[in-house]
Amino acid sequence: MKKLTIDARQAFAQAGFSRRDLLKGAGALVVTFSTASTARLADALGVGQGQFGTQNARVGAQLDSWIAIAADGSVTAYTGKCELGQGMYTVQMQLIAEELSVPLSRVKLIQCDTSVTPDQGTTSGSQSTPTNFNERNLAQAGATAREALLRLASERLAVPVDRLAASDGVISARGDGSKRVGYGDLIGGKRFNLALSTTAKRKPASEWTVLGKPVPRVDMPAMATGQFEFVHNVRVPGMLHGRVVRPPAVGATLVSVDEASVRSLPGFVKVVVKKNFVGVVCEKPWQAIQAAQHLKAAWTPGAGLPAHRDFHGFMRRQPSRDALLVNSKDVDQQLARAASVITATYLYPYQMHGSMGSSCAVADVRGDRATIWSPTQSAYPVRSGAAMILGLAPENVRVVFTRGSGCYGINGADTVSFDAAVLSQAVGKPVRVQLSRKDEMAWENYGLAYVIDQRIGVGADGAILAWDYEAWSPTRGGRPGYDRPGNVVTGMLLGYEPQPFAPRTPAPEPGGRFNNNSNAAPSYVTGCVAGRCGGAGIVKSERVLSHTIASPFFTGPLRSPSRLQNTFAHECFIDEVAAHVRADPVAYRVRHLSDARLRAVVTRAAEAAQWEARPSPRPNLSRTGVARGRGIACVAYEGDNGYSAMVADVDVDQATGAVTLKRLVIAQDCGPISNPDGMKNQIEGGALQGMSRALGEEVTWDDQKVTSVDWRTYRSLPLGFAVPVVESVLINRTGVEATGSGETAITIAAAALGNAIFDATGARVRQVPFTPDRVKAALDART
Amino acid sequence: MAAITLNVNGRAHTVDVDPATPLLYVLSDDLALNGPKFGCGLGQCGACTVIVRGRAVRSCVTPVSTVAGAPGADIMTLEGLGTVERPHPIQQAFIDEQAAQCGFCLNGVILTAKAFLDQNPKPSDAQISQSLATTLCRCFAHTRMLRAIKRYAGRA
Repeated sequence: MKKLTIDARQAFAQAGFSRRDLLKGAGALVVTFSTASTARLADALGVGQGQFGTQNARVGAQLDSWIAIAADGSVTAYTGKCELGQGMYTVQMQLIAEELSVPLSRVKLIQCDTSVTPDQGTTSGSQSTPTNFNERNLAQAGATAREALLRLASERLAVPVDRLAASDGVISARGDGSKRVGYGDLIGGKRFNLALSTTAKRKPASEWTVLGKPVPRVDMPAMATGQFEFVHNVRVPGMLHGRVVRPPAVGATLVSVDEASVRSLPGFVKVVVKKNFVGVVCEKPWQAIQAAQHLKAAWTPGAGLPAHRDFHGFMRRQPSRDALLVNSKDVDQQLARAASVITATYLYPYQMHGSMGSSCAVADVRGDRATIWSPTQSAYPVRSGAAMILGLAPENVRVVFTRGSGCYGINGADTVSFDAAVLSQAVGKPVRVQLSRKDEMAWENYGLAYVIDQRIGVGADGAILAWDYEAWSPTRGGRPGYDRPGNVVTGMLLGYEPQPFAPRTPAPEPGGRFNNNSNAAPSYVTGCVAGRCGGAGIVKSERVLSHTIASPFFTGPLRSPSRLQNTFAHECFIDEVAAHVRADPVAYRVRHLSDARLRAVVTRAAEAAQWEARPSPRPNLSRTGVARGRGIACVAYEGDNGYSAMVADVDVDQATGAVTLKRLVIAQDCGPISNPDGMKNQIEGGALQGMSRALGEEVTWDDQKVTSVDWRTYRSLPLGFAVPVVESVLINRTGVEATGSGETAITIAAAALGNAIFDATGARVRQVPFTPDRVKAALDART
Repeated sequence: MAAITLNVNGRAHTVDVDPATPLLYVLSDDLALNGPKFGCGLGQCGACTVIVRGRAVRSCVTPVSTVAGAPGADIMTLEGLGTVERPHPIQQAFIDEQAAQCGFCLNGVILTAKAFLDQNPKPSDAQISQSLATTLCRCFAHTRMLRAIKRYAGRA
């Protein structure tokens, strides 16, 4: 019973589900329990094995998949959207407390455990709030449950529903306190047996008392005192320690392994070889590290890598898969008649998630059953991928999401989960694997490099007539999903292919509905496809052409994937055009936007930053000394999933090219705000993470292998850098859908910074990261 | 392998380990402590920090034999500082400021700041920054963490 999650154990123990309920198959949950953990779970519940239902709660159409009321009236909710450091655990508790009118202390939340929670796919893409905080899924379960409880109370108390009120887990008749009944008495320990209602009404934001408040994170005290159990701290009885041995070069394949080279080392258990996958298992972590270092393995040379220095040029020359988002078919005509045409190319490097803790997982694979404690964002997909790798039935694999280090996308979490599973299966015992710093950094799924060519024609009045975008970016693998373990390194080494890449030129004409496609379409165009327009702007002549090429490295979503790179190019470029026509950057943006919410964040950020309306660069530039400037950038994340604008104030040392951030002001509209302090935390962290990526982060390689493999070769701004003031302006907009807020501020950081450098100095830096050398080169290139 | 005695959070523990084993693995594996964490294994990020003789030490690059049993060589980890029920004032400052996101770096940030402030009770902002020059937080909860540290420094 040890390794049922603490939450799950407590919930089952306290929920008062009787043994008889379970034996009758009438347990209060619709769950999948036919996993390796069955014995432990059965033990925890005091029932025999094999008594659990096997219906998968994947769809989550039943209320009982989401919410259970215990005999003591406490509420347990089940979610497939996990806490990754973004505050999702606490804010989902707030949601349930609010909808069910119970104090936060009487809510338990169980997250992302394939044996008990609904399959909500992956926690990613700023989709957790849109998915679970609008009229569906978890939020709708809360509303459905509240209405069901009110109906039950109405019958019990013989009082019409509209004369009942719920408070503190008790329903009572308005004006007659003697008529009251608690949730536990109404349904404690029993199932609702209801489908999620499509008509149940959520509490209006004006009545919120828990949601919408800056509730502190429930996990903070345990984290601050070292009590919190990360996946790195999972300890299963009899657990061994594994270490993987990755190839020395990209594309290298295994020739031979000499087990004798490590057999006599202390604590040695086994060398595991499967195709190109190599790992060692020892009794203790340090022993495993030693064994991995000493293991003699021969590999072929790597496949060779394109030169880092010319990688952006290399991308342009590769066979590509082409896609047109919009094509008004008059772009060339409009450019030909424009008063002037401005062009620029923006370059973005591969960057990495670079988690603070290298990724770790624990797997217990015995016979035909497996349990994996994994920090993955994708519990169900990893279950499916692990089942493929292990040759087990998916329903016999249980993935228990257990928090890891902040991931910001697909770091090493999925791959290390597969590593642990393979090694555990090979030794028949539980195995913990934590990647080395180098293995984490050299083999993760990097955020995309980009080349973006921009071209704009402006009329005599300075208005944009046409916007032409053409970009190249690489792809290889990605999230494994349910059936592509080869999308991450472990799966590839085991012989699984990554997602195939199929070149396609020319691009077919745009069809269907307009898709913003990771902000490839600038905010300022109309986004019209087949007569229907979905863009945020007014520029009618528009062409957005994207080329995807095969990447030499694994790639995958890194916080604000492609949205950040595209927005960097769009928001710097509109600044260049504004400067060209001597327009104020704020006014020029607003002039070309049709979306009221995007316009509002731009003007609110400018107001809060005391923006001085004038063109950039600033008047009376000096070419020497420290120059101060300001820049603005904005985004409608994916078109409609969060609106944000940032004003950055910077100092540029013109002797060295060093940039110092002074102040960042961010205005953000994410619809109704669930937790204002959580939202601020995301804005502040996103803004500064974006600045670290803009100023110093870049994956590097030589002709064989990645060379950015630690914190000296991959530069992250430390706690001790000159941290700027960060001010957030939260726009709480009720009456619209709640959107994501975790990836908005980071999306606009590089552009706001580049624009501020230009404002300060008149020098435009078009390649991230803005290292002092690059800034200095741009300064020296001023005419 | 050798029997090594460590004084950790006020208690003596004897473990049988390779003397070259970095202290981190003994704390997190043999002693099952959750505070110190493996971040890089290179002494570059701070996640593994413990306090020894009043100084912040990177336990991932500190052989366990060098901190064994000597008088005054008490090792303090984050859990030795305070508890959920009775957090140390610097831990309380981080809770009050909600100064974390994923929380993985908190061990290194809190203990590095604590050791520094114990030696420098009235630091300038620049000195605080200097003390955190090689401490990382990849969620970039920097503004909150610095507020928490200054809040604690002001009270101390």
